[in-house]
Amino acid sequence: MHPAWSVIFFTVLAGMGQGFFLMLVRADAAGADPFALAIGGAASVVLMCIGLACSFFHLGHPMRAWRAMAMWRTSWLSREVIVLPLTIGVVALWSLAQLYGWQALGEKTTLWVGAAGVLLCFALWFCTGMIYACIRFLREWAHWLTLLNFTLLGWMSGATLFAAYWEGLYGANESDRAIAGALTLTLAGAVARLASLARNKNLKPLSTPQSAIGMKTAKLKQMSQGATGGSFNTREFFHGKSALVVRNVKWIALGLAFALPAVLLFGATKAPALWILVLAAVSQLLGLLAERWLFFAQANHPQNIYYQAVA
Amino acid sequence: MSAVMNNQAKNGSQSHSPQNAPLGTSKGANEETLAKQLALVIDLNVCVGCHACVTSCKQWNTSGSAGPLADLNAYGANPSGTFFNRVQTWEAGEYPATETVHFPKSCLHCEDPPCVPVCPTGASYKRKEDGIVLVDYDKCIGCKYCAWACPYGARELDEERQVMTKCTLCVDRIYNEKLAPEERKPACVMACPTGARLFGDVKDPESEVSKAIRERGGYSLMPEWETQPANQYLPRLIREAQEF
Ligand code: SF4
Ligand code: SF4
Repeated sequence: MHPAWSVIFFTVLAGMGQGFFLMLVRADAAGADPFALAIGGAASVVLMCIGLACSFFHLGHPMRAWRAMAMWRTSWLSREVIVLPLTIGVVALWSLAQLYGWQALGEKTTLWVGAAGVLLCFALWFCTGMIYACIRFLREWAHWLTLLNFTLLGWMSGATLFAAYWEGLYGANESDRAIAGALTLTLAGAVARLASLARNKNLKPLSTPQSAIGMKTAKLKQMSQGATGGSFNTREFFHGKSALVVRNVKWIALGLAFALPAVLLFGATKAPALWILVLAAVSQLLGLLAERWLFFAQANHPQNIYYQAVA
Repeated sequence: MSAVMNNQAKNGSQSHSPQNAPLGTSKGANEETLAKQLALVIDLNVCVGCHACVTSCKQWNTSGSAGPLADLNAYGANPSGTFFNRVQTWEAGEYPATETVHFPKSCLHCEDPPCVPVCPTGASYKRKEDGIVLVDYDKCIGCKYCAWACPYGARELDEERQVMTKCTLCVDRIYNEKLAPEERKPACVMACPTGARLFGDVKDPESEVSKAIRERGGYSLMPEWETQPANQYLPRLIREAQEF
């Protein structure tokens, strides 16, 4: 598939915001300072809103985007379009509750709102993952690992950001739990992503030119796709880069999203320092942009069988 | 002439299961079978690859009330445009027994169309009355998700109007009372000089298309995805190389 930057930025940034919020709620449960939590919540809202804004660039008719809420009964995209603003709303509400010491539901008000926000974050990851995982013939995507990866990779990047935030605010004594959490999630994310890469490597296409045209001859070769200057089909479903580029992006993604942050986070468990954690968070963000590019580029659409030769 | 060898993949009715069970699949949203299903049946034996169906489709559909089908760079080196129908050319077999196969391709109006349930706006839909799969251009937000969900690459986003487009089976011709009854057929069917394109109701066992499918081994494209395409293809009969 052709990786669209709008969707890459959307899923990476929103995922980071969701993961960051999860760690804030954990800190809230441990009795953290409401003001620090409120600022963190605002940052999470900003990340998700930037993501949302990016996603609009994917649409041919952004002004009609509201229509996308209509088909929630059948469409995971529609469900995502509903869950995303809800999540942003609840996270914003949670931040305000922190800021104003809101206690409408008793002393634990922020925890109740936080729990709702956490559920929505997981629901959002699930919807986003299902958008891809439900297309059965995009076999690189049609697997539960897709769901796990969207969840874990978002969560881990948010956790690393949170470790940097906490380190910046409170220094070594307070941030060790956050750093350990980020390291654990980064390692878990690496395992899940490596598993999906290994799976992709072994996938054999189910569709062949023979099934696409319906002829059994062993040799079946396209001579002309019916257009000389390309079409939507050649633009939307091919990444247009060489195998070498794809391979390099893979190593960049693995290095920046997992290997380097893991080393840095491990170092920070010994000698915490703000710059180490900021570097880890930035590296992970860049690495995930590459990872998401790869996620699209590796998905091999069966329609491509019909678009191989120009004449 | 030597023996005629029937060489098609006769797998139209076989049921394949994708090896990886689909997750909360986009399948099955259209489980009831419709009483009527309009479709094309394309005879690969007689298609000569003249592209008359491509141009007449474009002419009819770019001229309608739905708006033009944009052409980008039409007179430049790399012209590209929106088409509902394309004719491709394939080469089958090993030299010297190769055959050139012209292969027209358009939306197959699947009976279980994966492109429909994924659409977040409801712009993409399948008509109950005749099974035609259509896009409501006024509702479409141009998210392209339906195109991802079509295994055949039958949908094309119009780059100027930024809405999804595809074959309508000339829904604005076939019921059009302003046209003479014999012209109430898709433009491609009218244009085809060899009669390679048959049109009709595949649910009516007595229709021309049903008979052709039944008697001449009509088959579906990519049956492995269980989309149940309404359009079928009549198999190419490959002739063995003649010894002189
Ligand atoms: S051919 Fe593609 S666009 Fe047409 S109905 Fe089937 S899945 Fe949908
Ligand atoms: S591009 Fe249009 S028709 Fe296709 S899924 Fe999006 S809104 Fe629906």
